Formats: sequence, structure tokens, C-alpha cells
Amino acid sequence: MSFSLARLAAMMIKEFVQMRRDRMTFGMMVGIPLLQLLLFGYAINSDPKHLPTAILDADHGPVGRSVVAAMQASRYFDVTSMPGDEARADEILARGEAQFVVTIPVDFSRRVLRGERPQMVVEADATDPAATANALGVLEHIALHAADRDLAGPHAGLRQGAAPFDLVVHRRYNPEGETAFNIVPGLMGVVLTMTMVIMTCLAVTRERERGTMESLLAMPLTPMEVMLGKILPYIAVGYVQVAFILGVAKLLFAVPMVGSLVLLSLVTIVFIAANLAVGFTFSTIAGNQLQAVQMGFFFFLPSILLSGFMFPFRGMPEWAQVIGEALPLTHFLRIVRGILLKGSPWGDIALDVGAMVLFTAVAGAIAIKRYRMTLD
Amino acid sequence: MTAAIAVTGLTKRFGNRTVVDAIDLTVAEGRIMGFLGPNGSGKTTTIRMLCGLLHIDGGTGECLGLDIRTRAAEIKRQAGYMTQRFSLYEDMTVGENLDFAARVHGVKDRARRVDASLERMGLTHRRDQLAGELSGGWKQRLALAACILHRPRLLLLDEPTAGVDPQARREFWERIHGFAAEGMTVLVSTHYMDEAERCHAIAYIAYGHLLTVGTVAEVVAGAGLSAASVAGVDPELVAKLKSLPSVATATAMGARVHLAGPDAGALGRDLDGLHVDWHAEDPNLEDVFIHLMAAHPEGGR
Repeated sequence: MSFSLARLAAMMIKEFVQMRRDRMTFGMMVGIPLLQLLLFGYAINSDPKHLPTAILDADHGPVGRSVVAAMQASRYFDVTSMPGDEARADEILARGEAQFVVTIPVDFSRRVLRGERPQMVVEADATDPAATANALGVLEHIALHAADRDLAGPHAGLRQGAAPFDLVVHRRYNPEGETAFNIVPGLMGVVLTMTMVIMTCLAVTRERERGTMESLLAMPLTPMEVMLGKILPYIAVGYVQVAFILGVAKLLFAVPMVGSLVLLSLVTIVFIAANLAVGFTFSTIAGNQLQAVQMGFFFFLPSILLSGFMFPFRGMPEWAQVIGEALPLTHFLRIVRGILLKGSPWGDIALDVGAMVLFTAVAGAIAIKRYRMTLD
Repeated sequence: MTAAIAVTGLTKRFGNRTVVDAIDLTVAEGRIMGFLGPNGSGKTTTIRMLCGLLHIDGGTGECLGLDIRTRAAEIKRQAGYMTQRFSLYEDMTVGENLDFAARVHGVKDRARRVDASLERMGLTHRRDQLAGELSGGWKQRLALAACILHRPRLLLLDEPTAGVDPQARREFWERIHGFAAEGMTVLVSTHYMDEAERCHAIAYIAYGHLLTVGTVAEVVAGAGLSAASVAGVDPELVAKLKSLPSVATATAMGARVHLAGPDAGALGRDLDGLHVDWHAEDPNLEDVFIHLMAAHPEGGR
């Protein structure tokens, strides 16, 4: 048979008719590029500024103040707290409340003016090296000239050459700035999000698409039995994935595991449950398996882009951070990185766990409410 | 005798379309009730309401003495429902499907009961075959096996023999009669007239309305039709016969045309007037159904 334009047209018309019938797929074809444009265009910023900074000022002198003022002016640093002592400053860094802690020692200003080159210590939370790299680069430059105005008159000679004080940078939690130390633990959350949401969503949608839902509904099963029966096997699968990723992280990438793996595996169940609840909710909306995958992707995209996995969380505009805070992956990433790299105890991660529990409760309630015991 | 199914005014609407309109139906315990009607008449919807798969928009009733509105969960435990479309797991084997059904129903002595059921249905040698690989007749047997595992008191079968060969249909009906003899009540929908005649009673539904109910003889007699057989196969003749005012239905049957109409005298006079070779015969169930449908106000013909 020779190639027929009429037959080709018939085939194409049929495809368009079917495309139009599947409203959800049609919506996704428009929605996904739009979402990508918005997220990549507006939310993502690989040069994060306004990073929260804690100043531990034991000097209260003019030079320290000048340096801090110059840091603020650079827009890379926002002074968010002034801890009273070292213990409190440490806590702020450990909990991730600040990205940097700047310690200005006693007599700093006087010693600078005397030309003694005292130390100014900057501790950075380097779990995500990309978040701190630019700010630290700028800091070197600031140190050179920040004190210029204080070094007037007889001290003018100190303006020449190197900075009038010694800038010491400690990259905490990830001293070598290994990107893998940040990415690999994060991957655990990303893989779980992808498989858990899509798998449960497919598992339920498949019943409906293949018509087996009718038999299932005619059997004496309660919605809770169906939901838990669908979800629990995937929790087991999730744990196998976690064990595998942790094993690879340790053996191939030598990711440090400072904190409690027991705590991590306990918290992981909350995260898995959160994703399964999302998958179950989607399955009550999706009409077929294709739609289920598309909805899974629609959830996965902001999760991966706005959670701080690929791009520094603090580099995003406020609205994007608000969306990010609503996603379970954001909190799980903080928890995994916290436990593995910082050795966070329960107290440091409780808030993030609470956020995930809240998310699970809401998504689970929607899923139960939407799940129908009948075919209508 | 107590009723296994007793519903009155059963109504279901989808949007503003009334699919089942105030149906009254009673099926005595241990009886086989045939459920007939054209496609889209509301048979499946009615069955689904009876076993709690659809919300009921109007009417009341009981299955096995349990209110269908409030005690669907208990009805599900004591009823077996075989869906029109095969709805077991095609990616599981015959044995796995039955084991799942037995577990969900909490069947005691599960392994033995599954074995017995496989044996009874002649499925033993197909135990490890995937359900999706079975042919239509075998799928039907498996589906039936799965819905009687828990020894239900009520069996709801939605077009169980559609697309199944005559031999398999015959065996299927022997089983159905076996279940009824054990005291099971069966409601079975079908399009086959020969199957309708195998039921203790039949109910005919069209446009969501229950048009007639009773034994086959009662239904045929109640319609008050007369029938005739005319020699000839010519399409022109058939068209001419159909256009006679006294003829409600005309069906070409091999070398003869089967006619039926409500008025025996008028039918005889019309046929004599045409000078054709004809003789009277008994009206059949099909005549009755076609006549009922045509006579119904919503009948478009």
C-alpha cells in the first residue's frame, strides 16, 4: 500500500479527538510547562542572598560594627540574631536557624587599631556548599576594606595590603565542601517521593481502570482495610530503598553518618506515610493510570525544585519558600541532612517532623474523605 | 416462604437521568429469578444497588432481611456478586485469585475450600494459570467460583453467560440449579430467551421500569398476544407483513416469518386478506418483550 494522506489524516484526527477527551492529560500538557517556567524562571536562584546570620559580638567596638554593617550592605548576609554566648550560637547553627555565625572576640576593635591582626571567626553551615560559596567569597572582599573608615589618621597605614584582621572560616558539617554529602542524603527523600506517590496512586487507579474495583467493592472490606492494605506493602518497599541508598552513600560516597540511624529510620516512616497519603488522594482523582503518573509528576516537580534539593532553599523568593515549607520533602531533607551530617538529636528535628505529621494528617483525611465505597 | 430480595420503589438517578425508576421486585428464597431487558435498561444498576455498590436515590427494601440502605456491609458478607465484565485479577493465577477472595471473606479451612471449589468447577488443572490467559468460558467459571467460595445465601449474576459457548452455558445453568437446590437464591440477568425459560420466574425491565414479572407461562399469557407463522422469506413480504396494523412483531425464521400481535381476530383477517400460506402458533417470550417495549410510552417505535 502506498502512503495515503487521507489515512494519515484519519489517524491524526482520531488522536486529537482522544486528546481532547482526556481533559486531565490536556491540562497537564499546558500545566507542566507553565509550572516549569514559573519555577525555573522565578523561584530558582543559584546565588542565594540574604542568608540568616548570627553575630556573637563580645567586643561591642566600632570595627566589628563596621564589618557587620558592610556584610549587611553586601546583601548576602542578614543579621537575624545576636546570641549571648557560644552555646546559644552553636545551637542556632545546629538547628539551621542561621547559615552563618560570626564571632567577634573581646577587644577586637582595640587590637585591630593596634595592628595586632586579631581573628574574626566565621562558622558556616556547609551542609549545602552551594548555599554558602558565594557569600563566603564576598566575605573575603569585605574583610579587606570594611574597616577602612575606622583606620583613619594615625592608623591609616593599616589600610595597606592584607586585611587588618585575620578572617577564619570554619565550614561546619562538611569541611571539604563535598556536594555529594548534600545530594546523596537528599536523594533518599527524592527517590521516596517519586516512588511512593506514583506507586500508591497507580495501585489504586489500576483497580479502577481494569474493572477489578467492582469486585473489590462487592467484598466485605472497609475503606481503612483497603487503604492500609494498599499502603503498608509500599512502606516496606520504601525501607528497602532507604537501606539501599544509605548503603551506597556510605560505601561509594563515604557520606558521614554522625547521627542516629535509628532516629532516622523512625522519622522516615512519617515521610513515607506523607507521600503515600498524597498518592492515595491523587488516586481518588485520577481516572486512569496515565493521569495518575501525570499527577505524581505534578507533585514531584515542585518537590524537587522548591525543597532545597537541587537549589539552595534560602535563595528562593519568599512565596517559593512558603510553598516549599508546605512540602514534606523540604522537611525530610532538613532532617536527613541534619541527622547524617550534623548529628541532630530529636530536639533539633522535632519541628520538621511535626510539619510532616501535619501534612500526613491533612492528606490522609482528604484521601479517606474522597475514597468512595460505591461506584458512583 | 420468605423473600431473599424484597424492594419497593427502588430508584437511581445519574444527574437528571432516571436510570431505574421505582422498581418493585420480590424474589423468594431458593428461587432463580431471570432478569431481562434491553441494553441500558437498568439491569446492572439495579443489581449494583442490591449489593451496596451504588447509593440508592429512592425506595426501600431488604436483601436477606437486611436493609439495603443501611446494612450493605452485612449484605456483602452473605451475597456473591459476579460482575458483567471480568473483574478478578488478570495478573494473578486462578489459585491466587480464589485464595484472595477466601481470605477477604474470612473463609474457615481456606485451603480445603479453595481446593474443593477448584474441583467443583473443573479448574484444578488450571490452578497455576494466570487468570488473564483464560478463555471466556474459563474466566466465567473462575468468576463464579470466586463469588460462591464463602457460601453466600444470595447470588447476583450480571450477564454471566455473555459470549460463552452453548456447551459451557448448559453446564453453567446446571450449576445454578444445583445452587438453588441447596437453598441459594439467584438473580441472574441475561439476554438469552432459552436461559429465561430455565428460571423459576422472570422480570422484564425496560427504560428503567419493571414491565412484567412472573413465570414464563404467566408472562406470555399476561401479554395476551397471538402469533402466526407465514411461509416465505422475501424481504418485500416481511416488510408488507410488518406494516399490517394487527402485527406487532415480525421475525424471519428460516423459510417462514413469525408474527405476533395483540388481536388474534384482526391478525387472521389481515393474513387471509393477503392470501398467504399461514397457520396460528404459540407466541414466545421474545414476542412478548418486543411488544412490551414497543407498547411502553417511552418506546420509540
